[in-house]
Amino acid sequence: MILIHCPYCDEKRAELEFAYAGQAHIARPADPSALSDEEWEHYLFIRANPRGRHHERWRHIHGCGRFFNAVRDTVTDKFETTYKAGEPRK
Amino acid sequence: MTRFSAMSLFAKALGGHQGWPEQWPDAAPKPAYDAIIVGGGGHGLGAAYYLAKKYGITKVAVLEKGWIGGGNTGRNTTIIRSNYLYDESAHLYDHAVKLWDGLSQELNYNTMYSKRGVMMLAHNVHDIQSFKRHIHANRLNGVDNEWLTPEEAKAYCPPLNISPDARYPVLGAALQRRGGTARHDTVAWGYARAAAALGVDIIQNCAVTGINRGPDGAVTGVETTRGSIACKRIGVSAAGNTSVLMQMAGLDFPLESYPLQALVSEPVKPIFPCVVMSNTVHAYMSQSDKGELVIGAGTDQYVSYSQRGALHIVEHTLAAICEIFPIFRRMRMLRTWGGIVDVTPDRSPILGKTPVQGLYVNCGWGTGGFKATPGAGDLLAYTMAKDEPHRINAPFNLDRFRNGRLIDEAAAAAVAH
Repeated sequence: MILIHCPYCDEKRAELEFAYAGQAHIARPADPSALSDEEWEHYLFIRANPRGRHHERWRHIHGCGRFFNAVRDTVTDKFETTYKAGEPRK
Repeated sequence: MTRFSAMSLFAKALGGHQGWPEQWPDAAPKPAYDAIIVGGGGHGLGAAYYLAKKYGITKVAVLEKGWIGGGNTGRNTTIIRSNYLYDESAHLYDHAVKLWDGLSQELNYNTMYSKRGVMMLAHNVHDIQSFKRHIHANRLNGVDNEWLTPEEAKAYCPPLNISPDARYPVLGAALQRRGGTARHDTVAWGYARAAAALGVDIIQNCAVTGINRGPDGAVTGVETTRGSIACKRIGVSAAGNTSVLMQMAGLDFPLESYPLQALVSEPVKPIFPCVVMSNTVHAYMSQSDKGELVIGAGTDQYVSYSQRGALHIVEHTLAAICEIFPIFRRMRMLRTWGGIVDVTPDRSPILGKTPVQGLYVNCGWGTGGFKATPGAGDLLAYTMAKDEPHRINAPFNLDRFRNGRLIDEAAAAAVAH
């Protein structure tokens, strides 16, 4: 089980307290009906799925309940950093 | 290639089983091929075999970054079934089940396909309704599936706990009698041996590092850790690593890779006669011919290529197993491991052409690709040979994520694999 640092609680806690919430920094389009099918497909379904550095969202569901972003290596599962939602991509 | 038969076994036995030749040569890459398959698992080796056997394309190389059958082919729980809800899926998976029949004879290699039956347990009203719907849909598609009462389920699988006091009582079960298990390594080895005998090069320790394309955009070859190889057709059958390979051709894919775990117990005498799955409590189990209980656990929640999963996932599965089968509470577990599965948004595979000319893909089988091994190989070979998908795999195209014709098996079926 991995340990995750919650940037809001400023504590390293077990993964069981957290819920994974997919790739980070995917903004919902402001006007979905203006999008082409290709753009909508990209927003809904296409994911980076990299082997290496991955930007992802987590939620401290059994803690403060807040969403935050993280950078993790998908080969070693080690976290590089976690940061609050709204902060620029690291 | 020495043909296996009672006679050849007997003759070799007289010589103390010395002098068996290697089953296929460890080939080195040649400068050019007619077709390249990336990924030396069951699906990829199957595709190479059918390309050579059915379509006469024998200048084929299978490139494997590790060793043959060392990826998900050797990491799954070997379950075979085709009781899928939708017409497209039922046709796809039943095509594979039909090929499993007679595969040992065709390859002259014992795949140990055993039709011991796959039983799915219903624990609540929703399960009963959903399974009965599956049974009716399956039967309309010519796929066998039948409803069992709890007593009938117990008669079919005696270790089952059908006590009404159980935390999740068994209210009935759906049984596919043609479902069962096979020995997963032999499927890869059998296909590799049969393909090599037809002239296919099986190349291990050869990772693809780039996909080369010409001025018109079509593929012209691959870069590998063992040099450049030219070819006009590339079939990618690389499970969890598909996204990485597709990036080499400039394609973004609707895939996410997760670790999926499985575990086996110490070997015991035959006690468990079939495969039992319970989607509600998330446990499934069978017994291998060696005697180990083979148990499938869940995926981790996060994207990873680590080929190992967290212990709490295994713990959760074992709690469920102990609840349904109290008889196994004191069994000791010997080994756990993880494989990386590539999951699509609709939990159905992608098998067909890509926007890049000459690049074909077989991916997205997620947590349940083993059962489809012969079918996926056959259909990938067809698609590569004809440059168009077979009608069975035509619905499983990449365009469905754009035009919305998803094959949403997971949401409707709560599929555990």
